[in-house]
Amino acid sequence: MAEASNQSTSTSSPAPLFDREEPLTADTFIRGLWEENPVFVMMLGMCPALAVTNSTINALGMGLSTTFVLICSGALVSWLRNWIPKQVRIASYIVIIATFVTVVDYLIQAISLELYAALGAFIQLIVVNCIILGRAEAYASKQRLLPTIVNSLGTGLGFTLALLSLGTVRELLGNGSILGVQLFSDNFQGWVIMILPPGGFFVLGAWLLFFNWRRLRKERRMTEQTGVIANAV
Amino acid sequence: MTIEVELQPPPAATPTWAMLRTLGGIAMISGLLVVVAYQTTLPMIAEKQRILTERLVFQVLPGAVSKRDFIVTEQGALAPAGEGIAGDPIYAAYDAEGRLKGVAISGTGSGYAGPVTVMFAYDPGCHCIVRSKVLKSNETPGFGDKLDTDPEFLKNLEALDARLDVTGTALANPIVTVKHGTKTEPWQIDAITGATISSRAMGKAADQAAQRAVPAIQRELTSLSQPN
Repeated sequence: MAEASNQSTSTSSPAPLFDREEPLTADTFIRGLWEENPVFVMMLGMCPALAVTNSTINALGMGLSTTFVLICSGALVSWLRNWIPKQVRIASYIVIIATFVTVVDYLIQAISLELYAALGAFIQLIVVNCIILGRAEAYASKQRLLPTIVNSLGTGLGFTLALLSLGTVRELLGNGSILGVQLFSDNFQGWVIMILPPGGFFVLGAWLLFFNWRRLRKERRMTEQTGVIANAV
Repeated sequence: MTIEVELQPPPAATPTWAMLRTLGGIAMISGLLVVVAYQTTLPMIAEKQRILTERLVFQVLPGAVSKRDFIVTEQGALAPAGEGIAGDPIYAAYDAEGRLKGVAISGTGSGYAGPVTVMFAYDPGCHCIVRSKVLKSNETPGFGDKLDTDPEFLKNLEALDARLDVTGTALANPIVTVKHGTKTEPWQIDAITGATISSRAMGKAADQAAQRAVPAIQRELTSLSQPN
């Protein structure tokens, strides 16, 4: 009897995402931007998020490079998903990701040598970025091509957005400029620590604090209005 | 505490050839993509590199309109730049009339946060370094990056003595950085207060660049003076 009721509940509620193919919806795209933002929510890709966000252009370059690798590797993994045996999947994903990182490495050199020099080893380190391998393993390997591309684009833009929110604040406070354009008068004394490594931690901490404060405020308002404690077990 | 293990049916065996086929196929796609990307971007990267080098050379040698690239080989000889020649590149720059404006040389010294690479303009007429431009540095913003901006410090590099000794194989006086306010000789660099280690890196870079390139430049001055 208990077994039967268990079966009935499992058939009535949809199976978890990792077990079924997802239809293409707006949520496929938006999820990566906000709800599952790689930096602010999932806390992934911290190494480039802290290291190369000392200016807006570096943040943008890094974000877009990662997005390119995410989309291309996701698409190829999704396309080949039925041909990749489980035993060799990690090796296959890593080779696919490394290929697109090499391509993006050459592309950035061809676009701007200054940007390439500023990003340094972090372009090559995209190979071991957990956001990309995570997307390949958890999403692209199980989903159809189009949802994978859309989801990768959303995640990539979410990552770029997070990097930009660090990069613009750090450049503005540390250098008084955004994208190299001076916004304050010559008397502005840059807050140098913001463009040094500790600045990355300060600004990331401040953003997380802000998002948590907003979430808690929203929950409190909901409790006041409805009397129901959000997320209560 | 109990750990529940989900019982699963034994997985179907994957044929060996399927694994080999997948990895081999992916490696082939990878090879193809990398080679195409490399071949396509190679001329673009080379062109970017050429424009960047030219801009930097003309920046340290204002008034120059053309340049010739040379290599100082391990043996200290000067050879026209070309493929397969190893050594340090130097750039002879000429003005509109084809006169030698100076030679751009570069050197590296270790600073507070890694190596500092600097390009210097060497004037063979006055046997001295007349200008500098930091190419690569990780020095602390606000302190170490003054190497390129501090007007008082840059005065050191307007006529930095790089005369050769009687043998013509090394500098008569090695270029050194001295403590702020104690510069007495034209081959010394007066350090920036608060950025002594970065200033020392500049001195080391200038000394390294001059020790390597100046003997070759002075020896081959006649051929260097001709624009083509």
